[in-house]
Amino acid sequence: MQALAKRRTAALTATALAVAGCVAATEMAPKKPPVQTVEILAQRFNFTPEEIKVKKGMPVDLALTTLDRLHGFDVPGLGLRAEIVPGETTHVKFTPEKAGRFLFHCDVFCGEGHEDMDAAIIVEE
Amino acid sequence: MNTRINRRNFNRLAGLGGVAFASGLFAHTEGGRVWAAGREAAQDFYFVQLSDTHWGFKNDAVNPEAKNTLPKAIAEVNALKQQPDFVVFTGDITQTTDDPQERRKRMAEARDIIKGLSVKTVRFLAGEHDASSDNGAAFKEFFGETHYTFDHKGVHFIVLDNVSDPGAALGEAQLNWLKSDLAQLDKKQPIVVLTHRPLFDLAADWDWATRDGQQAIDMLMPYEHVVVFYGHIHQEHHQMTGHIAHHAAMGLMWPLPAPHSQPKKGPVAWDPAQPFKGLGWRSVDSETKKMTVALTEHPLAKSTT
Repeated sequence: MQALAKRRTAALTATALAVAGCVAATEMAPKKPPVQTVEILAQRFNFTPEEIKVKKGMPVDLALTTLDRLHGFDVPGLGLRAEIVPGETTHVKFTPEKAGRFLFHCDVFCGEGHEDMDAAIIVEE
Repeated sequence: MNTRINRRNFNRLAGLGGVAFASGLFAHTEGGRVWAAGREAAQDFYFVQLSDTHWGFKNDAVNPEAKNTLPKAIAEVNALKQQPDFVVFTGDITQTTDDPQERRKRMAEARDIIKGLSVKTVRFLAGEHDASSDNGAAFKEFFGETHYTFDHKGVHFIVLDNVSDPGAALGEAQLNWLKSDLAQLDKKQPIVVLTHRPLFDLAADWDWATRDGQQAIDMLMPYEHVVVFYGHIHQEHHQMTGHIAHHAAMGLMWPLPAPHSQPKKGPVAWDPAQPFKGLGWRSVDSETKKMTVALTEHPLAKSTT
């Protein structure tokens, strides 16, 4: 359960570099709201990026993949849950209706750092 | 004669740091009624709960006394003048490891240390660190089944396993087993549920929940006298779901912060000025004829053992 401080620091640094490029609005028909596509990579014991920003009221497509083994993706505050299966891309589609910071975590036990495998979705107004 | 009070007085005199916390938590206290009809005669007794010993954990910044914490707790229990009827370990006896051989080594070591208890009736529960990596296989080799029941002096104990499934679920088979067990009981039967994770959503985004725990709570709800004791969150915590009381115990390796008290749930730092702060164990007095339980928390930090 214990986080390894060095690993955590490294993960945060990698995340900070990755965040800016990970939320992209794709071009859609003029009257349809754009879909915010976000790629999330899982591996023991972190998600990349660790913080995701999306816009309230705009559809989101989360594309989840794993580098090593089965992981869970659980966002209780948004009512979202999925399993991330090796070799597959798991899509979680939703439209955030409320702004805020919503923690998500791996809910499939994956080893000693499992309890620290979490990240956050920031829904902005 | 009140053995509970006598024992508490002894604890205080012995400087064991007992802190009486709560009573009346079989919920609907209805003094004088004799419960447990059809089972063995109701008698007062007490047991001890130890939790989250994480044997094999190594990180001096978190607990530089890692190898001494479990033996220290056992020495404290052995020092009790009046010994409990039994001791229960509510999971995470060992720290997880990917190596099956090392996992068994840690379990063997923990088991041998626990054999040092003067009390020879010991009940074991698995935590996710013990069981989630191999669906409980190694745990069963050393400590027995992961879900079972037993009866003691008029109280029906139900041990639930919400960790052998790495997805933190009880699962359909175990829920059906629970349903069958409960179906045999009178609605006034006092029931103690022992489990590792909270059955309710204490902090689901911190993974402090059981995915299908609400189904178990719903099954228990018709029974008038139910108490749940659990571990996992490494701190004392008390919460009601309807008339059912849920009590988390302190851990015996590192404390964790209060739910949602900070952005992430990392361990509370070891304080050299107050070694063992936040670690401890619990005794539970069952005053069965009065349908009450009384909890006493025993912080290691105040111990002189």
